[in-house]
Amino acid sequence: MTLDELWAHPPYDLTAAEKESALSGILSERIRSHYANCEAYRKILDSLGFDPQANHATSDLPFIPVRLFKTLELRSVPKESIVKTLTSSGTSGQAVSRIFLDAENVRSQTKTLNAIISSFIGKGRLPLLLLDTEMIKKDRSMYSARGAGIIGFSIFGRDSTFALDADMKIDVEKVAAFFEKHADEPILMFGYTYMIWQFVVRALEDAGRKFNASNAILFHIGGWKKLKDQQVDALEFNKRVQGVLGNVRVYNYYGMAEQLGSVFVECEHGHMHCSNYSDVIIRKPSDFSPAPIGEKGLIELLSVLPTSYPGHVLLTEDEGEILGIDDCPCGRKGKYFKIHGRIKAAEVRGCSDTFEKK
Amino acid sequence: MRDICNKPLRVFDANVVEFLGELSAELLKSPLVRQYPDLSAFAFYVRKANLAKLREQLKLEDGRLGRGLCFHIAPANIPVNFAFSWVFSLLAGNANVVRLPSKPFPQVDALLSVIQSHLSRNLELESRNLFVRYPRTDNETTAAYSAIADCRMIWGGDRTIASVKALPSMPRCVDIAFADRYSVALINGEAVLAADDTQFSRLIEGFYNDTYLMDQNACSSPQAILWENDSPAARKRFWTAVEALARKKYVLQDAVSVDKYTLLCEEAVKNPAVKSFTRVENLLYRAELSSFPDNPVEHRGKGGFFFEYALKDRSEFFAVVTEKFQTVTQFGIDAEELRQQIVGHGLRGIDRIVPIGQAMNIGVIWDGCDLIRALSRMVNV
Repeated sequence: MTLDELWAHPPYDLTAAEKESALSGILSERIRSHYANCEAYRKILDSLGFDPQANHATSDLPFIPVRLFKTLELRSVPKESIVKTLTSSGTSGQAVSRIFLDAENVRSQTKTLNAIISSFIGKGRLPLLLLDTEMIKKDRSMYSARGAGIIGFSIFGRDSTFALDADMKIDVEKVAAFFEKHADEPILMFGYTYMIWQFVVRALEDAGRKFNASNAILFHIGGWKKLKDQQVDALEFNKRVQGVLGNVRVYNYYGMAEQLGSVFVECEHGHMHCSNYSDVIIRKPSDFSPAPIGEKGLIELLSVLPTSYPGHVLLTEDEGEILGIDDCPCGRKGKYFKIHGRIKAAEVRGCSDTFEKK
Repeated sequence: MRDICNKPLRVFDANVVEFLGELSAELLKSPLVRQYPDLSAFAFYVRKANLAKLREQLKLEDGRLGRGLCFHIAPANIPVNFAFSWVFSLLAGNANVVRLPSKPFPQVDALLSVIQSHLSRNLELESRNLFVRYPRTDNETTAAYSAIADCRMIWGGDRTIASVKALPSMPRCVDIAFADRYSVALINGEAVLAADDTQFSRLIEGFYNDTYLMDQNACSSPQAILWENDSPAARKRFWTAVEALARKKYVLQDAVSVDKYTLLCEEAVKNPAVKSFTRVENLLYRAELSSFPDNPVEHRGKGGFFFEYALKDRSEFFAVVTEKFQTVTQFGIDAEELRQQIVGHGLRGIDRIVPIGQAMNIGVIWDGCDLIRALSRMVNV
């Protein structure tokens, strides 16, 4: 199966077995292309003793640690073809990931994100309330994965309205006007998990302000670490969002700046789903062999999309587990899983530097 | 800030030696030493008999006494190192302010409470020794102690050193800085094959303790293994046994697995000297080098990740030694001959040659420096 043929399918209709045959073919092809066009990638595969010429099962494909995008320039097309360089600092601080996108890769990301999100909200464009600040678009220095996410999501909406001002304060009047204007139709909302919690939910609760959307859908993405520290889980998050915004269907989704487009969306049953364009393998940390259903391990992400940079098979630093295959009560096929968050930082044994920045 | 006495004592002052001997005796009696091997090593080190032996070996001149007040910046991650640093300075005749590791360690608290209770019964020493704990970011406190110190023992790497050295100190203040260092193992392949079972298992235990025990993070942990009289049989005997022991004892943290694999990918891309990698699950990674790189210091392993090279000739190794090189752990090598070669070649690095298994054994001669002499002064007649 080719990527075009995949696009002809609804995004969650392939069983794991059908998808395996599709993905192993497409990804083996990706590997050959990156191997031929990205020297760093070629050196890694050679070092791992991997034969790119043969087709391989998805679980046998070599993975690239996501951190490598911070330390190396990984690019599989000539510099001149790059139309966008995404940067993302992630959570670990100083070093910044750089993702090089050419026009084709941008197009396939958009098309895929469209297919996935449309399957939840329908084909029409809905009025869009962005739970973030417009500064993210205006300030070039903020042109990060966060900005790209906002811009990327904007294609699903019309009358895009930013709910936060430049100081990250919620503009209550503007939001009220937006809800009033679109009182008779479904509304789409988008934002980053922690920003929504801090600058929308908490801010509105503190101000004692409530909105009463009658039919809204919220997509949110981002880390849960700070929320976990405050003992807020997905259930609590959804409840509190509904408490301040009204009748909102809340969808959390998961994705890496390194694999924009082929995102993972949590269904009504709280399960993260792989779409036809992506897959998840859980790796045992001891030897990187695949872990069975229900066993925690490192999350490896596969995506058919990356063509201009070798981000098609990634080893993340997140921990998760497969919950089941093809049998989620929501009806979506393929693997569904749970994310437990970042792996525990290594406890340092030895005399590394005592220095710490103020 | 408590007033602290800065009057020097003689080196190996009788009261000090007596005090340490009692401290050692109490520690060796306590269940703590069975719980914490690093604490046990410290207790053994400050035994009365060991201190007497140490004094003998140092052949100290008459008329040596401390410099005054020594300020210690202990490393954050080696729990008991603060106590060694303190003891070296105490023996040199100094009063001390010791900044403890900012991270909490049970053995630090345990050791400290034994030290404090002994100090409370020794008024002279109590007034001369102060253990402090404050956030690492509290530069004001570090500056205040720096301003009154006659010497500073700065552990913890290049950045810490730079930040402490930037603080004003007295004109005659002596700084002893323990910078980031790099270490290698030098192994004679024939000796590996010739070793009897006891020698061999001691070698493997020792290598494990030098490396896996601290994830190769210590400055004295070997990053590269250099082989002399190399043979496939010697390598096989060695690595099979290392792997088996690591499988039995090593706790591989998830994050270290990812670090190790990331390192392998980076080395594959950036280090043209790597010929091939051998991986045993995520337990043992080996990178075979086709030449010894010019800048080996930039290629560090982690958690059981070793660079390996068969030396054609020792001068190949000497050619790349810089001031960053600290320890050579060896097996089957004539250490005296190697020492003469280091001196004869005028190498800028390698301060220490020890048998494999002793990489972590800290002593009064450290980083090429006789700490008792450096931390004391001599009255010349």
